[in-house]
Amino acid sequence: MLDTKLKHVEDDAEIKELLESNANVMICCGRMGPMCIPVFGSMQKLEPKYPHVQFRDMDFDIPAADFIRGLPECAYFMGLPFTVYFKKGKVVKATSSIQNEKQITKILDEVFKD
Amino acid sequence: MNNSVYDVIIIGGGPAGLTAAIYTSREMFKVLLLDKEICGGLPAGTDLIENYPGFSEGTNGIELMSKFKKQAQRFGTEIVEFKEVKKVEPVEGKMKVYTEEETYLGLTVIVASGSIPKKLGVPGEEKFKGRGVSYCATCDGPLYKDKDVAVIGCGNSGLQEGEALLKYVKSITFIEFLPFINAERILQERLRKNSKTNFLLNHRLISINGEDNVGSITVEDRQAGEEKEIKVSGVFVYVGFLPNSEFLEGIAELDSLGYIKTDEDMQIKVPGIYAVGDVRSKKVRQIGVACGEATIAAIAVRDYLKTIGA
Repeated sequence: MLDTKLKHVEDDAEIKELLESNANVMICCGRMGPMCIPVFGSMQKLEPKYPHVQFRDMDFDIPAADFIRGLPECAYFMGLPFTVYFKKGKVVKATSSIQNEKQITKILDEVFKD
Repeated sequence: MNNSVYDVIIIGGGPAGLTAAIYTSREMFKVLLLDKEICGGLPAGTDLIENYPGFSEGTNGIELMSKFKKQAQRFGTEIVEFKEVKKVEPVEGKMKVYTEEETYLGLTVIVASGSIPKKLGVPGEEKFKGRGVSYCATCDGPLYKDKDVAVIGCGNSGLQEGEALLKYVKSITFIEFLPFINAERILQERLRKNSKTNFLLNHRLISINGEDNVGSITVEDRQAGEEKEIKVSGVFVYVGFLPNSEFLEGIAELDSLGYIKTDEDMQIKVPGIYAVGDVRSKKVRQIGVACGEATIAAIAVRDYLKTIGA
């Protein structure tokens, strides 16, 4: 279990429900390490500013993380966290390794502008 | 503005900040600790720490720092995470500590903001970040199972993290700019004996190459002046650190690298502001040193608060 204030995604059924019920979803899949923690922190800070986006984290080492790890968009990723942005259930952007608040904001504004 | 006035505001939740928190909280002061991320500092990204006393078999960095944090909280330290300090301003005998969202007021400030890993600044580094370039073996090591990787930098961090990588990778080529290794001898000996390792000293990394992911690095033998390409799938970077001291510019005296200068009580030129741990100007940066400096600062804070009648 990740020690963050974000809502966690813990199993396949939750992922399915999340993506079917929400148009705009950001999932950050990682561990409590120095590359992932800043991303979780930025998400916590940005969550209130983007009420139309569902922010979630996911433990990289749980079976349900196979969903993120197995996405074609993450095929070349070699750095945690794997962060994936979904629009109407489809991947619209994915990033590997640490991203700062400015980079995340830019992506959120681009992919979830409407 | 947060209306509480804290006796002590500590900036940074690594070993130095948390030690200062333990000592000042035990003096029954009202102590606030702010961390820009989650408490733990650099050690939280270290797989195995073997040179911190009290752990005969070594300890995992996250576990160690979690114990520091619990100890500080047990004595009453208020910890606020994900609050990055932007500025410290002495105003009429008090210290205003500004974060993006809030301003806190304290009688004293202990700066323990640590340092961040330096980047290489070579072609390919940014392009392959997360696609073969990593700054955390503990985080990304399992993704490099049975692959050949390079570790750039042969200080303690490079060798410690390299040792953590050995559990997963097929081979490690260590690249060091200097003609010698500057890490603890016990680490050098263990890694030199390991059949998976190879050391290239007096070599400079020129570029990181590949298409979708890292495929190779180009290095220069500084003595022979010759370049060669080494096939690797990963590059782990440990080439030193930069101080987190920008928010004290104009308040504290900084050395040429940006580290904060203090007196022997860890106080800067402004009474009531102290600097400890990796952000302080000095030669040796270790967890034990950080804890020692924080202890000195905490006791100096106690004495200072007495002098101002707090």
